[in-house]
Amino acid sequence: MSAEAPLIHARGLVKTFGGLTAVDAIDFDVQKGEAFGFLGPNGAGKSSTMRMIGCVSPVTAGTLSILGLDPGRDGPAIRSRLGVVPQLDTLDNELTVRENVIIYGRYFGLSRRELRVRADELLEFVQLTERANDPVEPLSGGMKRRLTIARSLVNEPDVLLLDEPTTGLDPQARHVVWDRLFRLKQRGVTLVLTTHYMDEAEQLCDRLVIMDHGKIAEEGSPLELIRRLSSREVVELRFAGEAPEIEADAFGGQVSRVEVLPDRILLYTDDGDALVPVAHERLGPDSVLVRRSTLEDVFLRLTGRTLVD
Amino acid sequence: MALAFRAYEYWLLGYRRRWRGSVVSSLLNPVLYLTALGVGLGKLVNKGSHPLGVSYVAYVAPAMLAALGMQIAAFESAWPVMAAIRWTRVYHAMLATQLRVRDILAGQLLYVLTRVGIASGIYLVVLSAFGALKSPWAILAWPTTILIGLAFGAPIAALGAAAKKDSAFSAVFRFVITPLFLFSGTFFPVTRLPVGLRLVAYATPLWHGVDLCRRLTLGDVSLGICLVHVAYLAAFAAVGVWLALRSYTKALVS
Repeated sequence: MSAEAPLIHARGLVKTFGGLTAVDAIDFDVQKGEAFGFLGPNGAGKSSTMRMIGCVSPVTAGTLSILGLDPGRDGPAIRSRLGVVPQLDTLDNELTVRENVIIYGRYFGLSRRELRVRADELLEFVQLTERANDPVEPLSGGMKRRLTIARSLVNEPDVLLLDEPTTGLDPQARHVVWDRLFRLKQRGVTLVLTTHYMDEAEQLCDRLVIMDHGKIAEEGSPLELIRRLSSREVVELRFAGEAPEIEADAFGGQVSRVEVLPDRILLYTDDGDALVPVAHERLGPDSVLVRRSTLEDVFLRLTGRTLVD
Repeated sequence: MALAFRAYEYWLLGYRRRWRGSVVSSLLNPVLYLTALGVGLGKLVNKGSHPLGVSYVAYVAPAMLAALGMQIAAFESAWPVMAAIRWTRVYHAMLATQLRVRDILAGQLLYVLTRVGIASGIYLVVLSAFGALKSPWAILAWPTTILIGLAFGAPIAALGAAAKKDSAFSAVFRFVITPLFLFSGTFFPVTRLPVGLRLVAYATPLWHGVDLCRRLTLGDVSLGICLVHVAYLAAFAAVGVWLALRSYTKALVS
């Protein structure tokens, strides 16, 4: 941890909408230069938290400080130093790709001359140079998302907020977006993102919190969380019909935990290869897969259900 | 205010693509209306006892100008505002920068008034070609029309930000804008209306706008009455801006 004051600091942060508590007294700190993730299912309170950090949603209770400033009082000053990639695109479909970047930079009060240079650099960075003078409308979802990322960087933000940056994109487009975000991280841009994709959190986040029902369930680096809350490896057994009932005890000390899902059984173990013949003999699955433990396993452990709901 | 101009710039960027079409229709509409009303209907009206004191086209032209301010402002504050919140979400993009809600609203209203200003400027030139401007005071009908634009644009922007569906606008156009256009002393004096309706007409901002524009183009300027009209329109605009700011805040910050 850095000795500097955190860029974002939250204590007992609460957001309610009428009778509904979307964010229920959470604490977190985001340090300079790190990639910090909010992971959780839909409705866990991730987007509400992001909107509070983005200073477009007043804090109901608790403390929130961003770049050492108070969002309630200094919203515009904070926003001038943030980059925002919202969950829903806010691009202007009638304007060209380039015009979208330039007009957004104008909102920040940048000069046209400066913006002409910056727009070219940013479009180069997100690989949209060839589409610079095309309207936005016919672009693919992945291209629009990359344009939104380019636009969010126009004010050279201290912190980039990304609300589900790859939701709705096809696998190839997701990888291009991840690659760009990874490069930003290498350049030292602080990233704060929400996601309900485990692989995204593992790819991008240095540290993350898992949210559920407005609360933070766990916090740590992806690796720490996997080590602490799961096992090294997982043996996945698939069955054509219903998976049989089985307890961890049935395998002696080899299996630390068993998760029975509708179509498969997950055996959590430190040595997958050693377990495979035993599992074959006892349960007779249709197929067996040994894989490394992921955040999805952590989430299953924490909430007893998969993230997709 | 400097921040409001940044939001205003966005709307001008879009208008750059559309201005040709909008200028052509701003030019054609008055020519068509004034030809029909002046040369056609006006001939019939003027043949009678001539109770208006002036040619029908000179009587109706300033009212058309005032109504134009109302209509353009209403259109430009209805769908574009709803779109910027719900469809294109342009306001949300603006609010992610250092622009504040009040800058976003001010930028929108500035653009609405720009549209009113361009269209009514063209209209005035056409009116002058039709010989419908009888006094140099007529030049003040231009800012008056812009004030009418604010008196209608601001409350309709408030509605545009609050409405869940755009069907709200058809109701407003059918039950507010169109009746006002027909009964605010535009085509005939409100003194022809039954007393009850006449009082309603006096309470509407369009009647104040129509009467003010007419006094200015005909040169029948009485300071007291004119100031009352301006004050009424300004009060309407001020309440409208206040409502719009509340409704924008509710829609954008939650």
